Amino acid sequence: MELYFFLFFAIVAVASSVAMILQRNPIYCVLLLIMVMISIAGLYLMLDAQFVAIIQIVVYAGAIMVLFLFVIMLLNLSREEGGVFRIQKPLAVLLATLLFLPVAAMIMSYAGGGSTPPAAGGDAGFGEVEQIGTLLFTKYLLPVEIAAVLLLIAIVGAVVLTRKGTVSVGE
Amino acid sequence: MVVDPMILEGAIALVKIGILLGVVFTTVAYLTFMERRVSALIQDRLGPNRVGPMGLLQPLADGIKFMWKEEFIPASADRKLFAIAPALILVPALLIFAVIPVGGEVTIPAFTLFGLQIQETTTTLQIIDLNVGILYILGMTSIAVYGIALGGWSANNKFTLLGGIRSSAQMISYELSLGLSIVGILMLTGSLQMSKIVAAQDGFLDWFIFRQPLAFVIFVIAAFAENNRLPFDLVECEQELVGGYHTEYSSMRFSMFMISEYASMVAASALMATLFFGGWHMPFEDQVGPGLVTLYQVAGFLLKTGFFLFVYIWVRWSLPRFRYDQLMAIGWKVLLPLALLNVVVTGIWMLV
Repeated sequence: MELYFFLFFAIVAVASSVAMILQRNPIYCVLLLIMVMISIAGLYLMLDAQFVAIIQIVVYAGAIMVLFLFVIMLLNLSREEGGVFRIQKPLAVLLATLLFLPVAAMIMSYAGGGSTPPAAGGDAGFGEVEQIGTLLFTKYLLPVEIAAVLLLIAIVGAVVLTRKGTVSVGE
Repeated sequence: MVVDPMILEGAIALVKIGILLGVVFTTVAYLTFMERRVSALIQDRLGPNRVGPMGLLQPLADGIKFMWKEEFIPASADRKLFAIAPALILVPALLIFAVIPVGGEVTIPAFTLFGLQIQETTTTLQIIDLNVGILYILGMTSIAVYGIALGGWSANNKFTLLGGIRSSAQMISYELSLGLSIVGILMLTGSLQMSKIVAAQDGFLDWFIFRQPLAFVIFVIAAFAENNRLPFDLVECEQELVGGYHTEYSSMRFSMFMISEYASMVAASALMATLFFGGWHMPFEDQVGPGLVTLYQVAGFLLKTGFFLFVYIWVRWSLPRFRYDQLMAIGWKVLLPLALLNVVVTGIWMLV
């Protein structure tokens, strides 16, 4: 049962990411990327990580991709023009191969039967909100605070950049 | 033959999903009828009263009419997206109902059906009690934007595109207040699970409306904006945009947009009842006989949901529409700070 679900989500994720790269219409690219996000959320769900799965949908599929879609619709981007990506293509192939090597090495090490990946849902309450919250506010408190400050700076920066001319008081 | 418990569990889940979908679709059909009758009442008219006794068969006649209408697709539309956009908005609206608890535990007595022995089982009147129930609901409402945005874009019409863009901006803005208004409840409950939120309100004075009144006001306003209902229906503002994102739609595809609008209204009303008005908990529960308690609770829950549906209609026919800049100002400058204030006040109250 679990295998079938895994195969379903994995095939959907891989197929839609390939289709996204081959697709020339930006709106379809956005939709396919959303499908990738949702199938990855399904994979998280199978690892008993309910919280991460839902956050994946809320943040990526629900917020970030809506902004992508919004911008594409607003600028009315049609098909992408050819010839823009000349150096990028061979570079992308090279980088992708380099990135794939460590992944392949890891897969090979598991295939050899050397060590097995940790089983999901080992201890009770694994991946639940309570555990993640406790970890975030005890062990990883400093990174969380730093990330929060960074995000705040980014928001203030965006507001400053979009505000043209002098700031009028009482607007 | 004794039925395997796992298969039995699956079968019970399927039956629950079937009943829930039936109830939701019937409610949606009669909600359109109720909207027309209540609007007529408010405007001192009669409303539809010809089909069947008191016009009660009107939704059926509407449905048949929709099915026989011509399915029109504009020549310059993106045919694929135009076809799937109505489904993209209907599915998330229906998925929300999966985590809403309608009642407490029910025991099904053992019985025999077609030679199959079915053991005594206990089940809750909720399809799935997710550990992250509230986040799941927020996730589904955030996905619902795509149907409207794509429906507006794919028709290749300026008015529909404007409607789609307005909706995505509006829904993103009000999602923040919607999510933040619930945080107070989550702090008091200490869980994101719907069943635990309901369990925290078992006494009448424990209902979150008494403990989180400001959150309730913010939640209701944000929910109205999320559902694109008046006074926030700039997405389909007739005077400026013809019909908004669904201008070019006809036949059953148009009716799917209507169904999903009303289905998300039902979901939002059920959420208001669940989060703030005790869910299926009712006052004087212990005085009702043991056989009738579940019935009393479910009826109470449906009654609360029905009341909020009436409020939706009541508001629509009483208030005028906001201007778009006013809409954004209310969302960002009033509701969001108030929701943050509510979180801070709740935190202080919990500490003291």
